[in-house]
Amino acid sequence: MSDPAYNFAYLDEQTKRMIRRAILKGIAIPGYQVPFASREMPMPYGWGTGGVQVSAACLVPEDTMKVIDQGADDTTNAVSIRKFFENTAGVATTEKTREATVIQTRHRIPEEPLTEDQILVYQVPIPEPLRFLEPRETETRKMHALEEYGLMHVKLYEDIAQHGNIATAYAYPVQVEGRYVMDPSPIPKFDNPKLEMAAIQLFGAGREQRIYAIPPYSKVVSLDFEDYPFEASKADHPCDLCGAEHTYLDEVIIDDAGGRMFVCSDTDYCGERQADGHRGRLSPKLEAAQ
Amino acid sequence: MTPLLSVQNVAKYYGARVGCEGVNFDLYPGEVMGIVGESGSGKSTLLNCLAGHLAPDAGKVLFDTRANGMQDTVTMSEPERRMLGRTDWAFVHQNARDGLRMSVSAGGNVGERLMAVGARNYGDIREQAIDWLGRVEIATDRIDDRPRQFSGGMQQRLQIARNLVTGPRLVFMDEPTGGLDVSVQARLLDLLRGLVREMGLSAIIVTHDLAVVRLLADRLMVMKSGQVVETGLTDQVLDDPQHAYTQLLVSSVLQV
Ligand SMILES: Nc1ncnc2c1ncn2[C@@H]1O[C@H](COP(=O)(O)OP(=O)(O)O)[C@@H](O)[C@H]1O
Ligand SMILES: [Mg+2]
Repeated sequence: MSDPAYNFAYLDEQTKRMIRRAILKGIAIPGYQVPFASREMPMPYGWGTGGVQVSAACLVPEDTMKVIDQGADDTTNAVSIRKFFENTAGVATTEKTREATVIQTRHRIPEEPLTEDQILVYQVPIPEPLRFLEPRETETRKMHALEEYGLMHVKLYEDIAQHGNIATAYAYPVQVEGRYVMDPSPIPKFDNPKLEMAAIQLFGAGREQRIYAIPPYSKVVSLDFEDYPFEASKADHPCDLCGAEHTYLDEVIIDDAGGRMFVCSDTDYCGERQADGHRGRLSPKLEAAQ
Repeated sequence: MTPLLSVQNVAKYYGARVGCEGVNFDLYPGEVMGIVGESGSGKSTLLNCLAGHLAPDAGKVLFDTRANGMQDTVTMSEPERRMLGRTDWAFVHQNARDGLRMSVSAGGNVGERLMAVGARNYGDIREQAIDWLGRVEIATDRIDDRPRQFSGGMQQRLQIARNLVTGPRLVFMDEPTGGLDVSVQARLLDLLRGLVREMGLSAIIVTHDLAVVRLLADRLMVMKSGQVVETGLTDQVLDDPQHAYTQLLVSSVLQV
C-alpha cells in the first residue's frame, strides 16, 4: 500500500496536470523540447528527477512499473526509484520487461521489443544536442525553430577528423520525423535503431526543465555522412552467460588477473534467455552435465 | 543593370544618439565599396544594419535575391534573413573570435557553411576545406588544428576562407585588417585583393585605414558623425577630396 501521507505518485494533481500538458505537447511535436516547471523531488538532480516526474504524471494505480539503470534492475539508482513509486503510488513493480506498463530507464532501451501498451520514460541529463557547440540558449532555440542543423554535422565532422570515424558512442543525435534534432539521452548508439518502436517514449530532464517525446512508430534517423554511414555498433562478442549475439554487452572484470567477461547489459533479458536454456562461454557447467 | 544592394535612407539611433542617418547608395555586382571615417563615425552601425545584424530604425535595404529579385531585408522574415546570412552573404569580423568557432578545427570551421546548406559527404567537405586553406595560404597540415593555436593573421585568413567557401554574392567586412601587425596586414590585404579580383566579389569594407580602401575599393563613402559626407570613386576622393573632413582625413590628421 502507498503511504497515505503522499498524494498518489508524490506529486500533487495540479503539478501532474501541468506535466501531462507538457507531455501531450511533446507528443504533438515529436522531438521538440517542451519547457516545464520542474519540481523539487526527494532525490538529487542527476538521479533522474526529470524521469521520475514524467513517470509520476503517467502512472495510474493499475500500472506495473519497471525501473532500469544501464539495463539492470538491481542498481542503487533503479532500486531507489522503484521503492519511491512503491511507497508513493503503491503500484505493482516488476523486473520483467514484458509485464511492465511503464518503464523508467537510464542509459538503455530494453532488448525485448516494446508494445503499444507500454510507455518508456528516459532520464535525461542534457536535453540540448546543440549545446556543445552553441552554449547560448537563445541561439539554439532559434536554430531548432528555423531547422538550422548544420552544426550537428560539424560535430560529426570533428569526430571523423580526429578519430577516423564517428566516435560518438552515446547520446548519438537523431532527427525525428524529418524535423527536430534531439538527443536520445546517453543510450549507446547500438540502441538508436530501437527508437523506432511501438511504445510511447518520453524524455524528462529535471535540472534543465525540459520534456520531449517520440510518438509510437515515428521515423527516427541517426545523423551521419554519406561516406561515413551510421552504424549501431556493439562489442564483437556473444554474451558469456546466455550466448546472445545480438544484444548490447557490458564488459566485466572477473578476477585479479585481469580476466574479463562480456554479459548482456539487459539483466532481465539475459536471465530469461538463460532460463530458456541458452548458454554462454562462462555459464555454470552444472546443468549441462546433468 | 540592377544593383545587388540598394540602400535607401537608412538610419539607426541609440536612444538620442545617432548611430547612422540618411544613408543612400547602390552597390552593383562585382563592385567593392569602402566606408571610411574616424572611430565612432557610424561605420560598424551601418554595416550591421546592411547585414541584418541590427534592425535599422528607418529606411530600406533592398537585396537582389536569387528567387524573388529585389527584397527589403529589413522587413523580410527572420528565417529568410538568416538564410541569406549563411548563403548569399558573408561577414568578416574585425575580431576573429567573433567570426570563428574557436573549439572547432580549421577544417570544421571552413566546412560549417557547407554543412549548413546541406553538404553531407565528408570527403567532399574535407576536399573543399583543404582547397580553401590553400587559397588563404594556411598549410593544409593545420587542417585539424583549432584556431586558438593560430596567429592573428592566420585566424583572419581562416575567417575569410570560412566565409568564402560557399561562394557568397556579397561580403561584408568590418576592419578586416584591424588589430594586426603592419607586415601581417600587408599580406592579408594582398590576399584579399587577389580573391576579390579572382572571384569578382561584391563587397562592402569598413575601415579607418585609407590604405585598405586604396587597395581594395572601387568606390568610397566617407562618414562623419553618422552621416555620409562624401562619396565617389576611390582615387578621386582620395586624390581630390571635396569635403573639409575628407581633406583632414586624407592629410592623415585624423588617422588613428
Ligand atoms: N550598442 C550601442 N549603444 C549605444 N551607442 C552605440 C552603440 N554602438 C555604437 N554606438 C554609438 O554610435 C556611434 C557610431 O558607432 P560605430 O558604428 O561603432 O562607429 P565606428 O564603427 O565608425 O567606430 C558612436 O557614437 C557610438 O558610441
Ligand atoms: Mg567599428
